[in-house]
Parts: sequence; C-alpha cells; structure tokens
Amino acid sequence: MIAYLLRRILYAIPILIGVNLLTFALFFVVNTPDDMARMQLGIKRVTTEAIELWKAERGYDKPLLFNAGAQGASRLTETIFFEKSVRLFVFDFGQADDKRDIAHEIRNRMWPSLAVALPVFLVGIAVNITFALLMAFFRASYIDFWGVVLCVAMMSISTLFYIISGQFFASKLWRLVPISGYDGGLDAARFVILPVLIGVVSGIGSGARWYRTVFLEEIGKDYVRTARAKGLAETTVLFRHVLKNGMIPILTGAVAQIPLLFLGSLLAESFFGIPGLGSYTIDAIGSQDFAVVRSMVFLGSVLYIIGLILTDISYTLVDPRVRFG
Amino acid sequence: MIVLLWTDALLWVLVALVAGYFWLVHRREHLAAPWRRVAQSPAGMMALVVLGAYVLVGLADSLHFRPRLEPGGKGNGPAYSVEVLSVLDVALAPLRMRTETTYSEPLATRAYARETVDLGGGRVTREFPRLRFGGALLAREQDRGRDIAARVLRGIGVGVVIWLALAAALVGVFAARSTGGPGTLPRWHDRWRAVWGGQTRVAWRGFLAAGAALSVLVCVVASLAQGYHVLGTDKVGLDVLYLSLKSVRTGLMIGALTTLVMLPFAVLLGIMAGYFRGWVDDIIQYLYTTLNSIPGVLLIAAAVLMMQVQIDTHPDLFPTSAQRADLRLLFLCVILGLTNWTGLARLLRGETLKLRELEFIQAAQAFGVGHGRIITRHVLPNVMHLVIIALVMDFSGLVLAEAVLSYVGVGVDPSMISFGTMINAARLEIAREPLVWWVLAAAFVFMFVLVLAANLFADAVRDAFDPRVRVGGFTETAPA
Repeated sequence: MIAYLLRRILYAIPILIGVNLLTFALFFVVNTPDDMARMQLGIKRVTTEAIELWKAERGYDKPLLFNAGAQGASRLTETIFFEKSVRLFVFDFGQADDKRDIAHEIRNRMWPSLAVALPVFLVGIAVNITFALLMAFFRASYIDFWGVVLCVAMMSISTLFYIISGQFFASKLWRLVPISGYDGGLDAARFVILPVLIGVVSGIGSGARWYRTVFLEEIGKDYVRTARAKGLAETTVLFRHVLKNGMIPILTGAVAQIPLLFLGSLLAESFFGIPGLGSYTIDAIGSQDFAVVRSMVFLGSVLYIIGLILTDISYTLVDPRVRFG
Repeated sequence: MIVLLWTDALLWVLVALVAGYFWLVHRREHLAAPWRRVAQSPAGMMALVVLGAYVLVGLADSLHFRPRLEPGGKGNGPAYSVEVLSVLDVALAPLRMRTETTYSEPLATRAYARETVDLGGGRVTREFPRLRFGGALLAREQDRGRDIAARVLRGIGVGVVIWLALAAALVGVFAARSTGGPGTLPRWHDRWRAVWGGQTRVAWRGFLAAGAALSVLVCVVASLAQGYHVLGTDKVGLDVLYLSLKSVRTGLMIGALTTLVMLPFAVLLGIMAGYFRGWVDDIIQYLYTTLNSIPGVLLIAAAVLMMQVQIDTHPDLFPTSAQRADLRLLFLCVILGLTNWTGLARLLRGETLKLRELEFIQAAQAFGVGHGRIITRHVLPNVMHLVIIALVMDFSGLVLAEAVLSYVGVGVDPSMISFGTMINAARLEIAREPLVWWVLAAAFVFMFVLVLAANLFADAVRDAFDPRVRVGGFTETAPA
C-alpha cells in the first residue's frame, strides 16, 4: 500500500512538470512580458520606461530561461522560468499584480469557498441518491418516465438561469436572504444557504439520472434476484442490497471531487459575492492578473492529482476484491 | 462582395462531411441500421425537427457578404461597406432596421422609460413615448389587443395550412416508398391511419407533431413581428427576437466547430494509444492526464487571455470587427477542442485495447496487413459508435458552456451576439425597478429549447448505437 502510494505520488511529479511547462509556454512564450505590460498599461501611448518599470516591479525583467549575465548557479535561477514557474513546486506563489501575497489570499479565501462547496457536495449526493432510488423503485412506470424527462429538462437549463432566478425570487421578491455578501462565523449561514440550494438544484438533473443508471444496473444483477427469490420485500432489497452496492461507484466517483471543493465555484461565488477562491479567480481573469491565474492553474492540478490518488485508495477500501498491483 | 469568414468555411466543411457520411451510410445496410433505430424514436424525431430549424437559422447566418455601397466616388471600382452582413440579416432586415431608443416590453406600443417630450410652444412633459415601430401601424392605440388577436389568428391559420401541405406531401411520399413499386399504392386513408397510429417504420407522427408546433409558432411570430417587437427591445433598442436568432449561430458554431477540432485528436491519439501500447501509450496517456489535471475553465481562461493579448497588440491584422470577432470565436473553439478531446480519447483507448486482442485483428496481423490498414479497416469501424455517441452527447454541454464562459469574460468577443453576451448584458437589469425580464427570458428559452432538443436527440442516438442498451435493457453511460 505504502509502496503503491509512493509510486503514485512520484508519477504525479512529471504531470505537474507538464502543467508547469504548459502554463509557462502559454504565459511567457506565446506572449512576452512586454505584451503583458502593454496590455495592463493600455495599448496606446505607453512609453518604454513605463513598461520597463512595470516589469521590474513584478520581476518580469529577467531573461526567460538562461541568464547569461549572471554567475554560477544564478545563471539558471535568475530567470523568469525559475522564479515564476519552478517556485510553484514549493507552493511559493509570489505576488499578484496588485502586489498582494497570493499564498496569503489563498489561505484566507479557501474557507468561504469550502463553506459553500462542501454543503453543495454533501447535500447534493444525498438528494440525488434519494431521487435516483425513487425512480429505480418505480422503474418502468410513469413516475420513472417523467422523472427522467424532468432530469433531462433540468440538465438543459443553464446554471446561470438557476442563479439569476434564485437570486431574483428568494432575495429580491421574497426578501428571505441577503442578495449577496459574506460574513464570518455562524452569520455565514444566512449568506450561504441560497448558493447551496441553487448548487444542489442545478446538479439534480445530471446527478439523479446518472445514479438511477447505476442503481438499475445493480438491480439487474444476480444477487438481487436471489434476494427477491428468498422472499425479501422490494424495499428491503432496494435499501439493504442495491443501495449498498450502488454506493461503490457513486462514492468512488465523488471522492475525486473532494480536493477540488477548495477551489469553490466560479459562478456562484461571483454572483453571491462570496470572497472565495472562485471569485478570486474570476476577478483575476477580469483584471488580467496573470500571476494569480497561473497559481490557480497549478493549485487546481495539484488538487486534481490528489483526487485521483484518493479515488484509487477508496476503491480498495470499499471493494476488497481490488488489490494494488 | 462575399466574405468568407473562417468559421463559415469550417462550418460548411463540416456540413459537407456530415452529408458525405450520410451518403456513405445510405449505401451500407450495417451502418444505416442504427440510424434507422434513431428514426424510430418519436422523441428523437421531434428533437431532430427542432434541431433542424436551429441549424437552418445558423446556416443562413453563415453566408456572409459586404454590401456594395452606392457609387459615390469616381472610378475607384465598387466600394464596399465595412459592415459584414449575412443572408439571415437580409431576411430579417425589417427586424434589424427597426430599432427603438431603449427598452420596450414585448408587444408594447410605448417605451419602457419616461422621456421628456416637447409639446411645442416651450411646454414639455414627461411621459412614456410611443415607439417608432412597435404598434406604429395601429390607427388608435386602444386597438392593440384586437390587432394582436387578429395577427395571432392569421398566424395560426397560415401555420396550419403550411403544416397540412407538409403532412400531405409526407403521407404521399411515405406511401410511395413503403409499398415499393407503383400501381400498388394504398389508399390515402390507410396511409394516413398508419402515420397517425404510429405504425410507420420512421416515427413520422413525432415528426409531424413537432412540425405542427413549429410551423404554427413560426407563423404566429412572423405575423406579429410585422407590427410589433415580439420579444421587446433591449437597452439600445435592438429587437430581442433578432438578437436571439443571431445568437443561434454562435451557439451552434461553438458546438460544431469544437467537435471538428477535437475529433482528429481524440480518434487518432486514442486509437494509437490502445493499438500500439508501450511507449506510445505512455506518452499519450501522459499528455491527456496532464491536460485533464488543469481545471477546464482555468485552462480555457489562460489560453483565451493569451489570445486576447495577441489580438489587442496586433489590431492591424483584422480589416473588420466582424473578422476579429470571428477569429476569436474560432480560437475559442480550438481551445475548447484541445481541452475536450481527452474524454473520448480515453474511451477509444480502452476499446481499442480490447479490440486488438480479438481474433479478426490477430488474423489480420498474421497475414501481414500493415498497421495503418488495420486501424482504418478494422479498428476504426468498430469504435465508430463510440465516436458518434460522444459527439452528440458533447454538443449540448458546449452550448451551455458558451454562456458561462462569456460571463467569466473568456467567451466570445463582446461585440458578437450570443446567448452569453445577451445574458451578460441583461443580468444587471434584474436589479432595476420595474423589472426588465424579457431579454433574459428570451436568451434562456432559446438556449433551453436548443439544449433540450440536443439532449433528447443525443439520448435517441445513444440508445440506437450503444450495443449494451440493446442487450441488457437498462444501461446508460455516465455523463462526462
């Protein structure tokens, strides 16, 4: 187990290097720092001095890969590649373009993100399983048919619609919750409840439909027939046997998403003014703060890889037939 | 002067490819069989009618030209307007030209905001001014309700007539084909009953039902649109119906062109990884794990931001703003394609791994058939169903993604009309009092119908092509 884990972690390193090279190529080779500076300072009427100053303030005034002017090892370290890309590996994110410390921001903004994303994740799974079991219980009847139709219809509605209409009805028309904002401590609940509700509702369509397939696949298996043959009631079969076995693909599929919950949701956070990592990313994209976008790309891929490893571990935990090779 | 935008050209290439594919399918029974099953599904046929209507609008909007200006100068050859128009723009010229000054409600005769009106003689008053075009044909404003009712009835009448003609033509053609050989035509009554009872091999009943709804709706809207702004006007007074119809092309483009970009990567790399295994497999797997590990929106955002820098620093490359917006749309499709091929590639790799161990491929290898030939003749036809399923399943997600990306600020060019830009512009108005709801409603409804039709069609295609569905009864694939 330990050896397997170590191997998986080692395997993650080349992937992270790949991500890093890709972002480096995107951010520094396709466009030079000069282009970025001109973009930030306005395309027209920008002096060379202003560009040089902008670059120097942010540490973009070094050569890309090889600093011929420096001595010894600093020939490689005094470069944009080393300072901006390699340092990400030790989670040294550096400064944003507005000179704030990115790592500090990430640490602060992680929790509001989690306060929305975690309830959406947990409640979402519970609600989707409930609906899916209901459809599976009444399979091949009108309830099942219209349930699937409803799921397909809900899948076809844009998330933006759920958010905008939710905000309009719950906050503006009925004045149940504040329209946007965030507060620390228990007060957060007031602000979080609507985004969570909308997050859950917008996920029902695809989630419940997928889980229904999982359950129906289980229902077709031999052990279910055996359970029915020995005289168990349909509800017992469904809750005792089908639900338990159906949970295996559902949970292992969900585990991969857990680390990514830290990143929060781009849309919900920016609509509801929650100061999480999602709105941080949107703001960075809006103000073209490349340092932040670069850091979030790296952080996102690290979390994704952790999710992959967690998935593999969860397979062995829930299904004893799976062994690490 | 005809302007061939990049996306137009690629879309027409795609249309040609699809047409070629169906010509090929038509001649081969084993390829045609699953499509025949799609045609059997009523939901699939209904969705097809709706999708067909959207595609027609999109294609009409993909023939661009620059109108010739009135000859004013001397001997410099014909001058062309910088404005790029499409065939759809010409067809909808009344809608496009009839702009008001600001918001107006659907079917309204007066504007939505008070304006200062000069009554002459130094007296002014603040009132809701009459619209320039909405209800301008009315002699008295009080007649609005009656006029609208008359127009609706006229629209329904025309729609029903068109539909009846369509149904009659269909029943005639269907009967001629179903009985094989002239002279033995069944009576009209029997043919009609077969269609109506749903006993035909193709689900014509669903086709006709959707056709009826569509033709009546289109006729009613067309009849109303001659006198009113059916869906109201937006902030700068543009007709919302026109904006919605223009958005269709953008949505379709994103769905279709992304597919075109993604396909070669997914098919080639996926099959190569599964077929050659070893280091080829390692490299390809590494490639798609790396791409996959970057959260999709962030990768798209990073790439689009970089493209934006390129476009902004080289403004001289684009003669018209339409061409700039078009190139941005193309790049967006390319970027979406480059981030989207991994799912299908992984699926194809797994399937090819299984296939290459089967006897017929082992036999081909033993006979010394080359790798390229084995892949094209033996592997590719046997994974085609996966490719087709993945393509139709991805489409609806891409249309939805466009709106979200435009909100994030990494979508299509702000000057390009799309569902995303419409929603984005109207979303702040929700805070206004009184409420401006029609722009959002129009964008969401148009998008919902398109995506729903695409989803239903995708389901029909998957049910017809997925071998597991036929054998096991209940199996569906997980959403990607």
